[in-house]
Amino acid sequence: MSDLIVIGGSAGALEALLVLVPALADDVIAPIAIVIHLGANQRSLVPDLLRKVTRRTVVEAEDKQPLEANFIYVAPPNYHLLVERTGTLALSVDEAVNFSRPSIDVLFESAADAYRTRCTGVLLSGANDDGARGLQRIADAGGRAYVQAPACANHPTMPDAGLRRLGPRARVFPIPELARALGPTATAAYAEGRP
Amino acid sequence: MDPQVTDTDGRDAELTAFLDAIYHAHHYDFRSYSEASLLRRLRNALLYFKVPSLTRLKDKLLREPSMFTELLRFLTVQVSDMFRDPSYFRALRAKVVPYLRTYASLKLWVAGCATGEEAYSLAILLREEGLLDRTMIYATDINPEALRSAQDGVYDTERLARFSENYQLAGGAGSLSDHYSAAYGGALFDRKLRDAIVFSDHSLATDSAFAEVQLVSCRNVLIYFERELQERALGVLTESLCRKGFLGLGLKETLRFTTLAPRFQECDAEARIYQLL
Repeated sequence: MSDLIVIGGSAGALEALLVLVPALADDVIAPIAIVIHLGANQRSLVPDLLRKVTRRTVVEAEDKQPLEANFIYVAPPNYHLLVERTGTLALSVDEAVNFSRPSIDVLFESAADAYRTRCTGVLLSGANDDGARGLQRIADAGGRAYVQAPACANHPTMPDAGLRRLGPRARVFPIPELARALGPTATAAYAEGRP
Repeated sequence: MDPQVTDTDGRDAELTAFLDAIYHAHHYDFRSYSEASLLRRLRNALLYFKVPSLTRLKDKLLREPSMFTELLRFLTVQVSDMFRDPSYFRALRAKVVPYLRTYASLKLWVAGCATGEEAYSLAILLREEGLLDRTMIYATDINPEALRSAQDGVYDTERLARFSENYQLAGGAGSLSDHYSAAYGGALFDRKLRDAIVFSDHSLATDSAFAEVQLVSCRNVLIYFERELQERALGVLTESLCRKGFLGLGLKETLRFTTLAPRFQECDAEARIYQLL
């Protein structure tokens, strides 16, 4: 059971999220932090859209905000979102990583540093390879690494990149099976399963 | 770099030892900066200096103090844009400039100016409002290399399209190109703008207030600080403001939850501009 779930995606990831999040079991209570690539200077609609499909509290992440159970935090446009070891969020305007700000790698790497084995990373659809390195760091730190099955993703480049980095350590599922696999009751056999 | 061992404050023990060494050898205080960003930047520094750990980097730094200048680049430089967050500058024009007009002479402070983009943006805005001749802008940073670059006032040509777009969105009265000329393979900003700006070294972590100003602009600096340092820095900024002076923060920064909140009123909530009561 993880204490933190981090999710990243780009093109096609919003559709995946809108299926994944409502399919999460109620006993998945870990806070969820999300980076989805969007244009800069553009107000993020992701929190509004997620609120329509879940009863969890969805907010645009604020600097120094404490992570709370059953909350979903979405990175604001034009800021990196990071996780601190103190269990709080942080924002930064450091230069773009993989041409992206927010960058999935930045979120995932900080989550791996801060939560180690207690972290779960999920890489969704996308047309670039941001997030793959971060997901590898989560796995290296002993956390769990999930990848949306590329064949079922609108844009397979991102999940493919994750798979190349992680090899058999990646747990690969289509949505919404991935939602079930994230649950605390998921058995090892199920978690190792392929779509 | 494998941050597993923590010190008594729950921080990475190796990071703490590294920051202590920098503080004692170079008098730069990063000890209360947020850990996640520091670790990420220092990981990049390890790659650049080709050393495997912060302990080794610390040893190398003690042997070769001159490499600190290069290291400082990893620890401090934030790339900014001119007129970054155009809505902030629109709000300044609409709500702060009328107040500034009532003063015969003006002092403003850009705290954490990095390579100067925001200081020049403010100077351009004030020139267009007819206020530049009576204004002095203090622009401070802890990185001397960034300050030198800011002083030069030369920016890469490829950044101009974005600067111009921001300038227009910020309510620019003319064209950004009215304010620079092509030179040195870049855009050289007008000498009159530069003459209105005093670039100097100042640390919100260790220095005090040094002037009384009508506006402090300190954007996307506080997010890199831990709570206690945020309070300290905000204390310095507040102390620098004259009565009814303005404080501008980054669009994701807020006075809420800080002990100084009661001393301010919101001037423009969206743009994060506050006015001292």
